[in-house]
Amino acid sequence: MIQVNGDPLAWTPGLTVRGVLQAKNYIFPMLIVTIDDCRVERADYESELIPDGSVVQVIHLLSGG
Amino acid sequence: MSVHAAVPIITPCDVDFTKRTEYHEGLETIRAAHQVLKEVKFTPSLPQKGYNDRTLYVDLTTREIREKPVTQQMKDLFVGGRGFGLWHLWNAVTPATRWNDPENEIIISPGPVAGITQYPGSGKSLVVSISPQTDIPIDSNVGGYFGPLLKFSGFDALELQGKSDQDVILFIDGQKGIIRVETAPLEPADSHVLAEILTRMYAENEADRVNISVVCSGAAAEHSLIGMLNFTWWDKRRGCIRLKQAGRGGIGTVFRNKKIRALVCRGPVIKADLNHPVDFETLAQTGIKLHKEIRTQDNLQCKMRRNGTAHIVEIMDAYDLLPVHNFQYGSHPDTHKIASYVWEGRCSQMTSDGCWYGCSMGCAKGADGLVLKTGPYKGHMVTVDGPEYENAAGLGSNGGVFDPDSLLELNFYCDTYGICTITYGTLAAFTMECYQRGILNKERTGGLELTWGNAEADLEMMHQMARGEGFGRIAGQGVKKMKELFIANGWGDPQLINDIGMENKGLEYSQYLSKESLAQQGGYALTNKGPQHDEAWVIFMDMVNKQLPTFEDKAEALYYYPLWRTWFGLMGFCKLPWNDVAPADNNTTSEPAKIPEHVQNYLALFTATTGIKIDVETMLMQSARVYNFQRIFNIRMGKGLRVHDAPPYRAVGPVTREEYESRSERYDKQMLEEIGVDPAGKSIEEKMAITRKHRLNRYSMLCDAVYTRRGWTLDGVPTMARLKELGLDVLPEVVAIVKAHGG
Repeated sequence: MIQVNGDPLAWTPGLTVRGVLQAKNYIFPMLIVTIDDCRVERADYESELIPDGSVVQVIHLLSGG
Repeated sequence: MSVHAAVPIITPCDVDFTKRTEYHEGLETIRAAHQVLKEVKFTPSLPQKGYNDRTLYVDLTTREIREKPVTQQMKDLFVGGRGFGLWHLWNAVTPATRWNDPENEIIISPGPVAGITQYPGSGKSLVVSISPQTDIPIDSNVGGYFGPLLKFSGFDALELQGKSDQDVILFIDGQKGIIRVETAPLEPADSHVLAEILTRMYAENEADRVNISVVCSGAAAEHSLIGMLNFTWWDKRRGCIRLKQAGRGGIGTVFRNKKIRALVCRGPVIKADLNHPVDFETLAQTGIKLHKEIRTQDNLQCKMRRNGTAHIVEIMDAYDLLPVHNFQYGSHPDTHKIASYVWEGRCSQMTSDGCWYGCSMGCAKGADGLVLKTGPYKGHMVTVDGPEYENAAGLGSNGGVFDPDSLLELNFYCDTYGICTITYGTLAAFTMECYQRGILNKERTGGLELTWGNAEADLEMMHQMARGEGFGRIAGQGVKKMKELFIANGWGDPQLINDIGMENKGLEYSQYLSKESLAQQGGYALTNKGPQHDEAWVIFMDMVNKQLPTFEDKAEALYYYPLWRTWFGLMGFCKLPWNDVAPADNNTTSEPAKIPEHVQNYLALFTATTGIKIDVETMLMQSARVYNFQRIFNIRMGKGLRVHDAPPYRAVGPVTREEYESRSERYDKQMLEEIGVDPAGKSIEEKMAITRKHRLNRYSMLCDAVYTRRGWTLDGVPTMARLKELGLDVLPEVVAIVKAHGG
């Protein structure tokens, strides 16, 4: 199990940042992702593996009209 | 006047963006009917360090035209734009003034930085008046060329008071130094026709059309309280006028009530340094930096250049925030039919879609080649400005309209009839839910079947509004007055009608679902003018990121963002280049949501223009003066207290069984974990009652926290201590109002 923005999410081996974004349906393009307070670059979303028990923060920047 | 009608329907991919129905054949006849009622000369001037130090005052009753000085105190306390508008309005009206009294004014003011061409999003004007919907000051932020052309003709603001006895055009010629009031007996009412004619009429030749901007409204503004103003610019590549809207609060209704048919400004040829800034090089370098950022980042981020604000339609749906069926739900299976990629295919992709010079973001998209199917322009081929997100959501999903052509037609008619798309979208959705729940029926609507997604009935209601007939005329009074009427007629349960009528202070909600974000509930209802998202859009921070867990956190966000965004309205800036694009390294900063590099850009632009050095704290103080002054203005007009900050319950939580059931897992979990009540064995009605009590209590606690952070009493009145901090204690009437209300 991992925590994503304070909510639990089931962990599976090989889970990547992209997998978390898809699981949460986080499609907004302006995101800042951290795993246990370490920032993940956008280019690494596909490859960055998330360890079980991690605390993941997906910060959506403001937008809106 | 004749028009070219019935252009054949063509598919979007074949659209020739230069082709549309034209409306200028009757121009000479219309011009010949004008009579000059008043003409005065003035000395055109260019601003120095962003200011001309004079306002143009026009009394439409007496036709007095004069200059008024912009004093140092005005600049120190109110800066410009919305601040100047509120100050002029304060001095013009009394607590008894209502929107249709002659002393009510319409003030248009760009800010000191407005009109620079170096930095994207720098051509905005602020329009201020007493609103027919709210009876308090409304401010509306608008693009188009009028404000900058007015400024470069020699005026920091235009102040319109009184009422004409016949339709008039006010023409300001900033090249020749002439101001004229002319009769306008033959002018058409609707904006897309009128503005096209007037642009050609007042331009001295084809090249001069870019120096003309028209402000006008439309037929529906004359028969409703929700009228808006269109501000034009001449689109050289398309060869037509484009429209940007000062939409909220019914200023177009005030405009037509004063019998102003149009304002026309002819400014000088635009050059890069017309503001006479103290440090042009800094303006240029700051602008180049953002142009590069937009060029490299926009395609990776929001794609504003391709889609404009409509890029968030499917995003709001994915986050359960898109208003569906009068804000009942946050997503819909048909959203893909009105998603950004649909509009990307409908909007001609060009580079000239900035509503002021130098905007490389260029988000003012145009959907060309729409052939209208209804109304007085049936068969005409038109260019529709938009749809922006608010239009797609308000006119689309909120009323269940998912047909792109119908949505574009609703958008077009809102614009040309001179009514606010946001307001119309919310009020139409309200009528549809009333129809669904039996509060309205065919008999009460005069035959309109206002079922979800019935675009034909929706359009007919709008056409009725423009003709001043039938149920459309009732709907045009807005949600607040419809609620009062339906309740007075005994057409439904008063609590239900009040719960589902999405207005606060008399203004309709804009198009985001706030019920799962307590901070955004405050972001809407704890506003000065009513629930418009331009004060604080904090849903992601609160609901998705969960960055605002405590009341104090939420209050801090509802302190900072309204002040930050007020600042755009003082200067003449557009909000979009602030945070719809971000530097590549923005995620390395300590407060990425604020886009710190852009904040520094704005500080640099202000200082480079005016020569006045400021920091972030000073910037927030500039805003706080105006923001608190506007709150006190509301109190002066009989509102502005805690009781007026109450949202409709639909904005806070589930009103109906269907709403509760659509999110029962979320609500049951909250009941167990937040309220400490086990939902097991309870009926839906019991659970709804428990949730309602809990959520309204939390909203009340939010009010306490926000008022405290803002330096207000628990009744929402700015305190004397806060007034002194802001330097507003030098205004005796302001002090008297605060003291009279326990501040």
